[in-house]
Amino acid sequence: MTCLTIYDVAVLGGGPAGMAAAAEAARRGARTVLLDENTRPGGQVYRAAPHGFRMPADPDRRAGEALRAELARSGAEVRTEHCVWGLGGGPLVPEGSPPEPFRIDALHAGATVTLAARALILCAGAQERIIPFPGWTLPGVIGLAAATILLKAQGVLPGRRVVVAGAGPLLYALAAKLLAGGAEVAAVADLATRVDWASTLPQLLLRPGLLARGLGWRAELLRRGVPVLGAHTAVRAEGGDVLERVWLAPLYGVRERAIACDALCIGHGLAPATEATRLLRAEHRYDRAAGGWVPVLDSDQRTSVPLLYVAGDGGGVRGAAAAPASGRLAALAALRDLGRLSARAHAIARWRARAERWRAAQAGAAMARLMSPPPSLAAVIPPETVICRCEGVTAAEIEAALADGATDVNQLKHFTRCGMGPCQGRLCGEAAAELVARRLGGREAAGVATGRLPLRPVPVDALLGTFDYADIPVPPPAPI
Amino acid sequence: MSASLRVGGIGRPADVEFTWQGRVLRAPAGESLAAALLAAGVRRLGEGPGAPRAAFCMMGTCQQCLLRVDGALAQACLVPVRAGLRAEPA
Repeated sequence: MTCLTIYDVAVLGGGPAGMAAAAEAARRGARTVLLDENTRPGGQVYRAAPHGFRMPADPDRRAGEALRAELARSGAEVRTEHCVWGLGGGPLVPEGSPPEPFRIDALHAGATVTLAARALILCAGAQERIIPFPGWTLPGVIGLAAATILLKAQGVLPGRRVVVAGAGPLLYALAAKLLAGGAEVAAVADLATRVDWASTLPQLLLRPGLLARGLGWRAELLRRGVPVLGAHTAVRAEGGDVLERVWLAPLYGVRERAIACDALCIGHGLAPATEATRLLRAEHRYDRAAGGWVPVLDSDQRTSVPLLYVAGDGGGVRGAAAAPASGRLAALAALRDLGRLSARAHAIARWRARAERWRAAQAGAAMARLMSPPPSLAAVIPPETVICRCEGVTAAEIEAALADGATDVNQLKHFTRCGMGPCQGRLCGEAAAELVARRLGGREAAGVATGRLPLRPVPVDALLGTFDYADIPVPPPAPI
Repeated sequence: MSASLRVGGIGRPADVEFTWQGRVLRAPAGESLAAALLAAGVRRLGEGPGAPRAAFCMMGTCQQCLLRVDGALAQACLVPVRAGLRAEPA
């Protein structure tokens, strides 16, 4: 690791927040690099189609193309297919040492690449929360966001006859997309009721375009005769080798119904991806309405760690529309803190971004609130249900660990290996924490998993590189 | 599964051949391996502890679609299909 280039600003994650942050910083003259693990920037919401694919235009694709074009013009260095697995420097230095530039280790083309940056803007986005139920591990059961990506980015249907279940606006967006793509939607089961949806109306009215799209989706489902069940949840998935049917039940009632299908798309909202801020030991707080544990941010997207910023859903779920403005604010704050922007220029530049963020975040926050699942969902997980798929840990084993005295999610990990597999708790963490919270009196008490390296699995080959034991300089042994 | 799971009205590159457990399959070049396997009717990608493995998140998070691709471990949802690619359970 000799003579690294030190960037002024490194942006991690190329979704709407990251693209806007990198473009803003680079446009203002900062030496900027953006890293993303996909082949093109866009993130999940504006995910680019693979090279050579021509997809029909829609509002999301246009918004994504506009941000990609702005990023390309800005002069930011864009490093795609870079999977960041390590972060260091910054506050992670021996006690008493002065802070160092952030160090970023990424996996690229089978080798590891190391970069350094004075300021770091994390735009890691969110991941889907799944509260498990029997049969959720059957092939044919996939995430709501997964099905959306499959359709939007690949043009592939998850199945021919699909049940869509869970929480949030994605239910209806996906169901409408499935119908348009030629699939049959057997049912939509929404955790929320019509009353819950109506309560979001004041915020949605600030975004008439979004509201109109949502109403359009609902109208299409009605026209095609798709049953939409409010306050319903998927309680069981059944099948042999693959999914064959799903049982749906009302949240407050007992009448279950079986629906034959070859795909179930399910998601219980979004949870901010905080592994990097946890690793860098930034201060966090629990905010159920924002999706769970979130880094504590000031109004300019600064974390508690100097020169570390978070923008987009990774700082609390507020949706794609609010993300670019938060990315711009983070970039402006970084330039200000690096001394590259005067206080006056900063005040002028952030005014518009703040207004934009506020307006978009109203509807985003209302949607995030709608997507936060009731704790009762975790309460009904049967004991034999697998919670952690990587390590095969069941709800019963988690309960046993809690009965044995595990006092937070970190101890649960030590007792059961729950969350220690290759996904590092990204799939099971929310469900496991809900189970811990039930015993310990809430998510704050259950705590948050300590951030650990590596952030993503790394092949040992990539770490070793061309290293050979024979190359280790061994001093000659001292004479006896 | 009779009709194709691939949605119409999308311009796709020409199909290429790849193999899954030695079986020759076809998919447009560049399609994600996870999508290509799904479209070919392959849903069960292996056996995990206590449960089967299948593509779940499609965004590189869950590690459930981890396969051995041309000898190296890779997440099928992040690997584009190319001619001659060889995939098998991890």
